[in-house]
Amino acid sequence: MTNAIEMRAVEKSFGNVRIIQDLNLTVAKGERHAIIGPNGAGKSTTFNLISGHITPTSGEIDLNGERISGLRPFEINRRGLSRSFQVTNVFAKMTVWENIRCAVLWATGHRYAFWKNVDSLPEVRRRTAEILEDIHLTHRRDVPAGLLTYAEQRELEIGITIAGGASVIMLDEPTAGMSNTETDRAVALIRRLTEGRTLVIVEHDMSVVFGLADRISVLVYGNIIASGTPEEIRGNPKVKEAYLGEEEH
Amino acid sequence: MTELTSRAPTPSDAAPARNIGFYATWAAFILVVVLLPLIFRSGGSHTTFSLIGIAAIFALSYNILLGQTGLLSFGHAVYYGLGGFLAVHGMNAIAAHGLPVPLPFVPLIGGFAGLVFAVVIGWVSTQRAGTVFAMISLGIGELVASSSLILRSFFGGEAGITTNRTDLPALFGWNFGPQIQVYYLIGFWLIISAIAMYALTRTPLGRMCNAVRDNPERVQFIGYDPHVVRYLSFCFAGFFAGIAGALAAINFEIANAAYLGAVQSGIVLFATFIGGVSYFFGPILGAVVVTMLQLELSDVTTVWQLYFGIIFIGIVMYAPGGIASLLMMHRPLIRAGTLPMILPAYLVAIVPTILFACGVILTIEILAAYSQGNAASSTIRLFRIPFEAANPMTWLAAAVLTIGGFLVARMTWRGVTAAWDRAMMAARERGYHA
Ligand SMILES: Nc1ncnc2c1ncn2[C@@H]1O[C@H](COP(=O)(O)OP(=O)(O)OP(=O)(O)O)[C@@H](O)[C@H]1O
Ligand SMILES: [Mg+2]
Repeated sequence: MTNAIEMRAVEKSFGNVRIIQDLNLTVAKGERHAIIGPNGAGKSTTFNLISGHITPTSGEIDLNGERISGLRPFEINRRGLSRSFQVTNVFAKMTVWENIRCAVLWATGHRYAFWKNVDSLPEVRRRTAEILEDIHLTHRRDVPAGLLTYAEQRELEIGITIAGGASVIMLDEPTAGMSNTETDRAVALIRRLTEGRTLVIVEHDMSVVFGLADRISVLVYGNIIASGTPEEIRGNPKVKEAYLGEEEH
Repeated sequence: MTELTSRAPTPSDAAPARNIGFYATWAAFILVVVLLPLIFRSGGSHTTFSLIGIAAIFALSYNILLGQTGLLSFGHAVYYGLGGFLAVHGMNAIAAHGLPVPLPFVPLIGGFAGLVFAVVIGWVSTQRAGTVFAMISLGIGELVASSSLILRSFFGGEAGITTNRTDLPALFGWNFGPQIQVYYLIGFWLIISAIAMYALTRTPLGRMCNAVRDNPERVQFIGYDPHVVRYLSFCFAGFFAGIAGALAAINFEIANAAYLGAVQSGIVLFATFIGGVSYFFGPILGAVVVTMLQLELSDVTTVWQLYFGIIFIGIVMYAPGGIASLLMMHRPLIRAGTLPMILPAYLVAIVPTILFACGVILTIEILAAYSQGNAASSTIRLFRIPFEAANPMTWLAAAVLTIGGFLVARMTWRGVTAAWDRAMMAARERGYHA
């Protein structure tokens, strides 16, 4: 069986600073994979590399066995990978409903259509309403996204990411800045919405990571120093030293 | 509270059911277009309405770029002008070869001309948004405007190319000689174009134009290429600009270099912005205001462009949403019935504001008279009251009106703000939000 994501010997330099070095990462299909690591380790950069936001200096990235390194973000998205952003990245002046609907349009095959009325596409409307229910924002559907509370914006961010029905979902710190109850709710949401899909998640909250992930990769200075089940990671001395150890001080 | 709950939609009724108000607005718009020349019957007003109609189509096409897609173009007149030139050549060819094409179809020639040039030019210029797009549009505008003076056989040099619209086959007995027939031709295309451009905003492409305007980066991660979205938007804008240009060519029976120059590109930006980019009908209001100003101001003052600039700066600074936003701000108050709470404050404020405006006008006209060296002999007429530009009493009046008017107006506008807050609060209590 092919893997959902495979990164081989990926390097990325900005100027002459090498941020990602010899990065190898494998995410199996259907797996919930967490990437952890200290601030500035290169987690978001890894997301940017996989999603096509930036291109690797060298190395290869495959999605479902198909080469995607060098493709544009929308080409990668159309092949079934969708990501969220660490800093909320929504359509601020458009309503919540419109935000989700835009994220549904390509996946429902309407592309750049200028001969269809967007309000009379039942499939689009049904899916948009479903996603809004899923992310508990139905009651806020007519509010411009920029006016939502922070936690609501984070939920919308997740909604936009999953709306297209991508098979591989990547979430960059979805619960950052949330209160404990909000985090619990968001984690339950993520668990439910990514059922049957592949999930890659960057998360600083260790209880979230160990509760949610099937496998964990630890990224330090742009390199994966360990990859394994939560138990393996917990017992790994290198990880303890480089990362978990710091947390416990 | 009942208002609130009854307004909260459930997912099942998620389709925004078009309400009566929506259709009533469009019906009223069509009615105005049809009835206006029957109410104002002078030839002069028919000419004015014709110009407004052309400007409205042009400004609406510009807003496909500016308001819908967030593209600031300094060269939109290129597509208007090329549409106009192709229409003139088309009309001359139709007349020369006796082709069976009546005048009302000629705007399509202009539209397709605008479309073809947008298709060719747009692919490169829409690669990027923002400053890059603006600069490229400026460059292409200069390029086309200057080549219009070089390629004389096509553009006719300084004089332009003339045509005669009555040489085309008549339609239902209309030969489009009289201005009113031309007006109805323009009105017909205004209604068709406005409906088409509105419909465009309600399509998947139209919605993605808004998304690209708001956040081109994120659009890429939901499957769309923002370049393609901008490009398609640009092509539609070119098409409707071409229709407007063709209508101008029909109206004036000439196309010349001014059609595609920077001034024309500037005026459409003015009109669209003054009218308001964030509402579909905004540019129509802008077209009305700017066309009227162009026609009326140039009759009463030599420095009319100065007033143009002042109005534009005033809108940019104090009402960046344009006239449309100023009007639509009042919608929740009207719905909640709290509008009467602010009307007295408006009435109080309007008096010193007008006096202040008069002071500014007097000052400008005095300075204009002196700078043109004819102050001694010039009389400024303001609301039919004559003022001698060289008379110190006039200077005093100007100073008092400007300074006094400003101070009092500022106070009364504070009153308006306070009244506004109270009215808005009351509207919220009744469940109506902005
Ligand atoms: N476009 C860029 N140009 C230059 N340096 C960059 C760029 N993007 C990221 N970096 C650098 O790369 C390093 C890794 O950044 P990245 O955002 O991937 O870290 P991270 O692991 O996501 O951290 P955090 O936990 O704070 O989100 C940082 O030192 C950052 O400054
Ligand atoms: Mg990060």
